[in-house]
Amino acid sequence: MAWFKRNKQALKKVKIPEGSWIKCEGCKEIVYRKEIERNLKVCPKCEYHFRIDARERINLLFDEGSFIEADEAITSGDPLSFKDSMPYKERLKFNAQKTGLNEAAVSGTAAVGGRTVSVIIMDFSFMGGSMGSAVGEKIVRAVERAIEQKTPLITVSSSGGARMQEGIFSLMQMARASAAIGRLKNSSIPYISILADPTFGGVTASFAMLGDVIIAEPRSLIGFAGPRVIEQTIKQQLPDNFQRAEFLLEHGLIDMVVHRREIKAMIGKILSHLTLPE
Amino acid sequence: MRYYLEFEKPVQELELKIEELKRLSNGSDLKISAEIKKLEKKARELHSQTFADLTPWQKTLVARHPERPYTLDYINMMAADFVELRGDRRFSDDPALVGGFARVGQFPVLILGHQKGRGVKERISRNFGQPQPEGYRKAMRLMRLAERFKKPVITLIDTPGAYPGIGAEERGQAEAIANNLMEMSQLKVPVISVVIGEGGSGGALAIGVGDRLFMMEHSVYSVISPEGCAAILWKKDGNEIGQQEYALAAGALKLTAQDLLASKVIDEIIPEPLGGANMNPEQAAKNLAEAVTRTLEELSAKPAGKIVEERYRRLKKLGGFVAPKAV
Repeated sequence: MAWFKRNKQALKKVKIPEGSWIKCEGCKEIVYRKEIERNLKVCPKCEYHFRIDARERINLLFDEGSFIEADEAITSGDPLSFKDSMPYKERLKFNAQKTGLNEAAVSGTAAVGGRTVSVIIMDFSFMGGSMGSAVGEKIVRAVERAIEQKTPLITVSSSGGARMQEGIFSLMQMARASAAIGRLKNSSIPYISILADPTFGGVTASFAMLGDVIIAEPRSLIGFAGPRVIEQTIKQQLPDNFQRAEFLLEHGLIDMVVHRREIKAMIGKILSHLTLPE
Repeated sequence: MRYYLEFEKPVQELELKIEELKRLSNGSDLKISAEIKKLEKKARELHSQTFADLTPWQKTLVARHPERPYTLDYINMMAADFVELRGDRRFSDDPALVGGFARVGQFPVLILGHQKGRGVKERISRNFGQPQPEGYRKAMRLMRLAERFKKPVITLIDTPGAYPGIGAEERGQAEAIANNLMEMSQLKVPVISVVIGEGGSGGALAIGVGDRLFMMEHSVYSVISPEGCAAILWKKDGNEIGQQEYALAAGALKLTAQDLLASKVIDEIIPEPLGGANMNPEQAAKNLAEAVTRTLEELSAKPAGKIVEERYRRLKKLGGFVAPKAV
């Protein structure tokens, strides 16, 4: 009866280098890390788009070497003197060291097919891409730059929502960012909003859903309330495809679902349409 | 009998004793009457002391008090000729957010707000004051109508938050809120927002972008509820959390009217009667109407362009960021 016993000796022999295989969050399959990296961090089996950081995103979306960062020195204050397991100020420092970023968003100007654009790229690895005062300020300034310089606005969102540690000030960033977008919409400057996995809460409920054109990456989770909160509230299991990019497309909430590889070309196409006649 | 919160129990005991004595004395015994007077004074003092020392968590509980006046109560008490308008013209009418035209003092206005229900049945039908996207879209439709007829807008905020449900997501809860934030920032009429009870995150802000933000004395306004915040911070590894953690979170979030006035997020605190608005709703409504009409006198004198410009500048100031030093 011992034929099904696990042979510990045999198991030990197989040595897998740390982290060379990863579990895909989309299909739960185990995939070879290098293969994913070669494929723009897209799962070759299910097309799940892994999260990428702001730098990788910039390389992917804009003309080579065209990105010029602005407002990089803007950092969050600590208006609440917030402290949980770690004081908020230390948490910010820790995240800055971890990511090499000052905040959860990078902004500036770049070019797409030679056309100058004003950009904001969120980075989920910095405190879950949460929006506090610094991110809010960067957004407002990038939108105002777009208005002043009459350049299209491109945002890439990936965020858990408003940043709890700045309390009401984070909430107010939703109003500030949306008000700035409102001003942009008084002009003929196009705004393209790109949603990456995941985009939730105060980011979806402000500038991210206000794009003239909204593009989402395949299978990204996008919504207002997080799936766990909804499940706890309604005490039901959620439908399979719930809050995925394809679900939003079906419900008329976004314009298109586009593979990471093709987003840059799509931006160029859209911008070529959203110009005033000569 | 009125509803007492946990920390009001000592007051309740005194008041029950007074009731008992009153019943016994029948108003004839002078000695007992004197005793009653003494006790009544003591109860008042105790009540006033309790309310002067409320912790942020206790304030949250007062803000959610089931007998607190709600939007429609305030409208009934402070406005005349109210005509409720309903429906978003796209999908449905949301009873969790109500509004219509009315007169407050000499001012014709649009007044709208979240509506919690009273009693189990109404609470459920009004979804505990948690709007669906249709509620926000109705609000925006009414605000646009008010703009066309140059009526100032009064919004009363009292919600645990926008409803987190499947239908709400399918119909664009985030877009509905985002659109309100954007459009309210450009409304060409004065907008005054007042948190009358619970200001729950984006669902509250979605009718709260305006020229002035007031809070009733015992109301709260926050990016996340103390319970939600406590769950994120401490509900790990199967830890149980309760009152103690909620109290800590409520303190950390700086969500009381007093905190928010100190940090200049709000413009004014509207005083409540002793023991909270539920103890004397008429007085609370009077105080609210006074603040609103006084502010409308000031704002109505301004041209529309100036109002919109000042609103944007006011919003721009709301940040706790540290900008780089000018080089």
